[in-house]
Amino acid sequence: MKQHNLHGSVLAVLFLAFFVMPEYHDGVFARIMVLAVYAVGYNLLFGYTGLLSLGHALFFATGMYGLALPMQHLDMGPVPAFLTGLAAAAMMSLAVGFLALRTTGVAFMIVTLMFAQAGFLTILYFGEYTRGDEGFVIQQADRMIAGLDFSDPTTRYFAAFCIFAAAFLFIAWLMRTSFGKCLVAIRENEDRARMLGYDVQLHKLLSITLSGVISGASGAAYAFLFGYAGATFASVQYSILPLLWVLLGGAGTTIGPLIGTAFAFYLVDFSSEITDAHLLVVGAAIVLLTLFAPQGLAGELRRRLFAWLP
Amino acid sequence: MDFGPHLFLACLEGAITAAVISLTAVGLSLVFGIMRVVNVAHGEFFMLGAIVAWWTATSLAGHPAFGFSAALVTAPLVVGLIAIIINRLILVRLNYDPERTIVATIGLLYVIQQTALMTFGPDARPVEPPFNTRIAIPWIGFGDSGFELIWPWGLATTTYKLAVIAAAILIVATVWLVISRTRFGLIMRATQQDGEMATSFGIPVRRVYAIVFAFGAALAALGAVLIVPVQQAHYLMGGDPLLLSFIVVIIGGLGSLPGTIIAAVIIGMSDGIISVFFSPTLAKILATLLVALVLVFRPQGLLGRRRA
Repeated sequence: MKQHNLHGSVLAVLFLAFFVMPEYHDGVFARIMVLAVYAVGYNLLFGYTGLLSLGHALFFATGMYGLALPMQHLDMGPVPAFLTGLAAAAMMSLAVGFLALRTTGVAFMIVTLMFAQAGFLTILYFGEYTRGDEGFVIQQADRMIAGLDFSDPTTRYFAAFCIFAAAFLFIAWLMRTSFGKCLVAIRENEDRARMLGYDVQLHKLLSITLSGVISGASGAAYAFLFGYAGATFASVQYSILPLLWVLLGGAGTTIGPLIGTAFAFYLVDFSSEITDAHLLVVGAAIVLLTLFAPQGLAGELRRRLFAWLP
Repeated sequence: MDFGPHLFLACLEGAITAAVISLTAVGLSLVFGIMRVVNVAHGEFFMLGAIVAWWTATSLAGHPAFGFSAALVTAPLVVGLIAIIINRLILVRLNYDPERTIVATIGLLYVIQQTALMTFGPDARPVEPPFNTRIAIPWIGFGDSGFELIWPWGLATTTYKLAVIAAAILIVATVWLVISRTRFGLIMRATQQDGEMATSFGIPVRRVYAIVFAFGAALAALGAVLIVPVQQAHYLMGGDPLLLSFIVVIIGGLGSLPGTIIAAVIIGMSDGIISVFFSPTLAKILATLLVALVLVFRPQGLLGRRRA
């Protein structure tokens, strides 16, 4: 019951925040919510299943280009293009998962990193279509569904809100099913889960695929709502960022990804007023977190104050 | 230029890459083999080495050879010291846990890189080579009077580039001798095989870890000092050597020194040759995919032996 109240009130606050916050923060929060979906997807694999991937930018970018390329070159409408993005991310994560899950631990991290690097370089290699680092803009005229203009800040905020709410509630639901509980069991003790008769490999593969689809949804939504797709989103940095957000917010908690993304965004926003080298703050935050708060903000809250926190 | 001389030139460029990569990769491989730590910030040690070399060379007046020789000493020392501090402040506290150290060194990568950006600046800065005579290379051609020596235009190298290759061979050979022949090498190998057993034999494992980490960083810095007269010092220069060293260490077999050196030569040469004749991006795509597939299907590396 407490969990339902918590999730309900988080969404209510996000919904009402639009009417209270100044315009600038509405724009920031639209971005935070879309990227928090990415963190939610990452959290499913890292926080709940215990698999640390260093290549999630591949799934994010697959969703992004899965939407943007057909819209740009095939004149596809936004809705079918969004579904194309999801399907592409699903296939990509299934293929990567199938190969990468043959390894564990450090090797898994390096294999995912290398696949993502190969994906990033492939985007650069086909610069004729993807326009490489420079990227391309999706025209405002194309960003309409049923007469709604998604480049308008209000529409954009609520579109971001809807997609975040969907991912957020989906994970909250999933983690109460027996499938979700099995993922946590794998994280806690893989051998014991296997001994109890669970198909560990299959559960991991499903987890990485679901995680890839959610990350891809975030990428596709980002391209659509902010009208831009570029190779930067496939770079190593975008594989590291969801790790940072989830670590910051609290791995394996439902609200962690949102807290972490928002916190990191405002941390960078605040530090860029002081210095250009905002990545310094990102790096320092990662080091300090691994040293002093490996549980993240929500994890520390759970440990110290609210043991019931999902 | 004909195909033959062109290929020869590509091989020569490849040999320089191989020379530098073998130094950074041996450092990475030692750290992984002995400490089980994947140091993602290794490329930044390389970059720091180049910056310290630039700083030393510009703050000393006189003949360029003087500044360069000083850099050969200061860069590994300074970078080794930084590595010892990082080891003490971060790695020890994480108890060398493999996954948490990866995440922490990713953070370190950004911290070092951005600190370099803020202090050293975004410009690429050159270091003057100590000696740099151009040597034209003869080629055997088929002329009117049978085989004869010709001097194709553009087929040339410099004494400095040849010296880089020789120096790298010398350094790697020294490292090999230290590991296989000296008492400290024996201690390192004992720590690698079984840390707990080494501890019970009275080996100060923590101190060995600190020295190995500093040693690995110093090797990367030394590689950077060698390359910096050919390729300028820049705050983003750590990325490529990191990727290539990773590829080399994985293909050669994690923690196997001979494998690492052989893989460095193969990868360095093919990187040079593929980049000259084909697109460098394509070369990197193939190399990264190769690494991923080697790890998936042959995790002990192409030359490594399966661990018990």
